[in-house]
Amino acid sequence: MTMMSGADIVLESLKHLGVDVVFGYPGGVVLPLYDRFPAHPEVRHILVRHEQGAGHAADGYARASGKLGVALATSGPGATNLVTAITTAHMDSVPTLFITGNVGRELLGRDGFQEADITGITMPTVKHNYLVMRAEDLAYTFAEAAYIATTGRKGSVHIDIPKDVFLEQAEFIWPDKIEIRGYRPQTVGATALVEQAAEIINAAERPVIFAGHGVILSEAAEELRLFAEKTGTPILNTLLGLGSISPDHALAYGMMGMHGSYWANHAASNADVIIALGMRMDDRALGRFADMNPTAKIVHVDIDPAEHGKNLFTLVPIVGDVKVVLGQLMEHVVTNSHAEWVRWIDDLRNNHRLSMSVPPGEEMTQQHVISKIAQFIGPEAVLTTGVGQHQMWAAQFGNIGRPYQLVTSGGLGTMGFEVPAAMGAAVACPDRAVWTICGDGGFQMTFQEIATMVDEHLPVKMAIMNNGFLGMVRQWQELFYGNNYVSVAMSQPDFLKLADAYGIHGIRVTDRSQVDQALKDAAAYPGPVILDFRVEAEGNVFPMVPAGASLSETIEEPQKVR
Amino acid sequence: MKHTVAALVEDRPGVLNRVASLFRRRGFNIDSLAVGTTEEAGISRMTIVVDGAEGIATQVERQLDKLIDVVVVENLTNLETVVRELALIKVAARPDQRREILDIVEIFRAQVVDVAPTTLVVQITATASTLDALLENLRPYGVREMVRTGRIALTRGARTTSLPHESAEARRFHSESGRRPEGELPFVTE
Repeated sequence: MTMMSGADIVLESLKHLGVDVVFGYPGGVVLPLYDRFPAHPEVRHILVRHEQGAGHAADGYARASGKLGVALATSGPGATNLVTAITTAHMDSVPTLFITGNVGRELLGRDGFQEADITGITMPTVKHNYLVMRAEDLAYTFAEAAYIATTGRKGSVHIDIPKDVFLEQAEFIWPDKIEIRGYRPQTVGATALVEQAAEIINAAERPVIFAGHGVILSEAAEELRLFAEKTGTPILNTLLGLGSISPDHALAYGMMGMHGSYWANHAASNADVIIALGMRMDDRALGRFADMNPTAKIVHVDIDPAEHGKNLFTLVPIVGDVKVVLGQLMEHVVTNSHAEWVRWIDDLRNNHRLSMSVPPGEEMTQQHVISKIAQFIGPEAVLTTGVGQHQMWAAQFGNIGRPYQLVTSGGLGTMGFEVPAAMGAAVACPDRAVWTICGDGGFQMTFQEIATMVDEHLPVKMAIMNNGFLGMVRQWQELFYGNNYVSVAMSQPDFLKLADAYGIHGIRVTDRSQVDQALKDAAAYPGPVILDFRVEAEGNVFPMVPAGASLSETIEEPQKVR
Repeated sequence: MKHTVAALVEDRPGVLNRVASLFRRRGFNIDSLAVGTTEEAGISRMTIVVDGAEGIATQVERQLDKLIDVVVVENLTNLETVVRELALIKVAARPDQRREILDIVEIFRAQVVDVAPTTLVVQITATASTLDALLENLRPYGVREMVRTGRIALTRGARTTSLPHESAEARRFHSESGRRPEGELPFVTE
């Protein structure tokens, strides 16, 4: 019987899980764990500059690779700094494991130095969490936590470990298999429902697919394509579903929702059958629920039964893994083309393409810069974004063509995600270029991680859309608050001097004509680069479904909003 | 409409917190919540009465079932069930009123479990509506204090709710982990 310390058990467990990188920040109670990192060189520790950065990096790592992302923080403030990242990852079903230390068991509940009730705090924002009270439970806890994070509807799992548990000796016993009677994800769709769904799909005249993040998480992009081709069904994507089908595919019609295309939103509103795959009927994707195509028959495939009927009535709710259920459906659906319906959407697209094109003229718009970046880096690169106008334009013009290409915070909409998430993606994908489109606001929330990139040689290219405004907030103040700009214009530091301070390359771009050269220069530079794009100050994202409106009320031009 | 939902949960630290947190977060209205042990070691049964439309009950069931520590959820609302609630009612009773009150208590098949010169404590086990009716009849005398357990329910007949299988190792982990170990712990500080 080999005894080892709790700290060694934690690191041994991570190795058993195939975790080779942990983003973390040390502190008092996790010192016993840090003390043992050198003895386990297989687990690379990346020292961040803020725990939120560690959390988003783990998230970006997972989103760019499909692997489990792991972040580590100390107790109290270290742990509470992780909360935004934990919630961001969980809201988008990203498989992540968050480890925190806590005060010694004897001090728990007695308001010890740097004690926070972090399991109490994270409880509503994780899939599951643990407070480990004995070193002998650590290995099993890690095995079970990773199983929960990476199966069923994936998500965040949090493990809190008191300081003396790291020091306690116990035997390392890795469980052969995990069994949890309260957790039995159902991956195979019920036959009767699959047959019923197939019947409805076969009888459909104007079917449409809503492809969400679940298609990517279950690695079902190929199944989606085959299913759409066989049934002749046009595909619309949610924001996080982008990449599940190539935008060049004849049946791909891009993003639906608040800033989706006119044709996608009208296809969604005019379909007679909706096949929703791995998406959770979010208000940003569907608009006002009550008027979301109330006559359509909805077939909803999702591994989380709680998503069925949560926001919309679903005629056929199929609980299962999208990849598995699409395989089942393929055996029952007939070959179809729906040529007339597809042509109707094509015509709509031809007539409304202008509302989702790069604006003409000489001005350096975000649309122009982002589409240039997308063309330049291509689908093999990873494209990360922050949250706001630039994120929506990245969705519209990013040309997202493969799973794991787009790394963006959808559900929680976390500004400040762009820099650390790109850093995590760069760790996950050393062979891919990683570019992140940053808001000038979001960039300033978390750019401290540039120091980490420098230390770890992570050549992330950070393209700041510098318009001196919190763009999306400004757009809403312009459109819905009568141009009353409040707390929305922001001064910026000199981003080139900032680049200089970190010892990285900085490029300022003030004119359209400089964009191409700037991208080439940035790509050629071997380390991280800040690109300061002085973009149009008051551009607005269109098309737009005004807040509280339905998808059929999509507006293409600014004057119509008022 | 009132829905009665039974949840078989792991008897672990934090499980009540998880359930309460879920109800708060999703805005479900709890009418009553009763928790107790069951015939199965390590499993507690929560009987939750929720107020809301039909869709709410389904969401309550599914959201509850998503919690890892919740093993089985069953909506008992439309099943044949025995539903009971216990109440203790301290009612003001002058000696000359005692007889009248005892008559009421007898009619409702309740019991007097404490007598004092100016008060009686009445115990009743019944359905919520019977309990409400007793209360109405006692109110004129002055109800000084009252406590109700919240509803508990079992289905009628031989039907039972079965628990999924779990290995002995998993069983041990789920029942023992997360608890403070017995005995002295070292005093460790940073």
